[in-house]
Amino acid sequence: MPQGVPLAWYLILSAILFTLGVAGFLFRRNLITMFMSIELMLNAANLTFVAFSYHFKKVDGQIFTFFVMVVAAAEAAVGLAIILTVFKNRATLNVDEIASMKN
Amino acid sequence: MNAIVFLIFAAVAVICGINVVVRTHPISCALALIGTMASLSVLYLLLGAQFIAAAQVFVYAGAIMVLFVFVIMLLNAGAEQKPHGAWMARLTGAPLLVALLGILGFVILRAFPRSEMARFGGFTGGTVENVGRAIFTTYLLPFEITSILVLIAIVGAVVLGYKEMD
Repeated sequence: MPQGVPLAWYLILSAILFTLGVAGFLFRRNLITMFMSIELMLNAANLTFVAFSYHFKKVDGQIFTFFVMVVAAAEAAVGLAIILTVFKNRATLNVDEIASMKN
Repeated sequence: MNAIVFLIFAAVAVICGINVVVRTHPISCALALIGTMASLSVLYLLLGAQFIAAAQVFVYAGAIMVLFVFVIMLLNAGAEQKPHGAWMARLTGAPLLVALLGILGFVILRAFPRSEMARFGGFTGGTVENVGRAIFTTYLLPFEITSILVLIAIVGAVVLGYKEMD
């Protein structure tokens, strides 16, 4: 069965996931959940990279996905360390209560 | 066959993505996000990105999400309280999100009105050999810079974790 899937479907799926990530970032008030929404957006961008890698029959898009993964790992490490420090100082994860830079 | 696999895993990815947004407990969000990442890795495999599919499971669904779950358990984060004054954000945010999705879909369908059919096996260039060759020849400098970035991230995380001790 040689029938395939239109490449645009992958891009539409990526757009849906990206919009869900933006929605999570806008509507959620939990610091960790907002951070996970950012990861969702990064994943949606990765899917677009891989889809275009298929389109151009080149491996370069997948290399970019690889670099995005590395940057996401570094970002998660530093971001979660910052969240830990914020929680130690404020004892809350609600972004409404930690809106000010100073106490 | 391609369409069936795509539709199944795209549906799983979208449902898990919705769960990330609507669930109130962070652990449920993390598990839903792992589901999204795992189904995305199947889609990468369909597009011929074998190495990236494996790396997605190892790095994203494995390492990064373990870090998230670890921090959630360390902080003993409970379900999030209903925020006050959130209706304003919803009122203005929801139409903007619909507009964002509409614009993205419009641009995609406009740019690819009759896109090619992607099928499994149509592109097999994503093997470990090809990706490794590209990383260590064309993209050698960015790859080395990446190692410095990761080193800085490690040092930064240690410094931040050290400061909270005292």
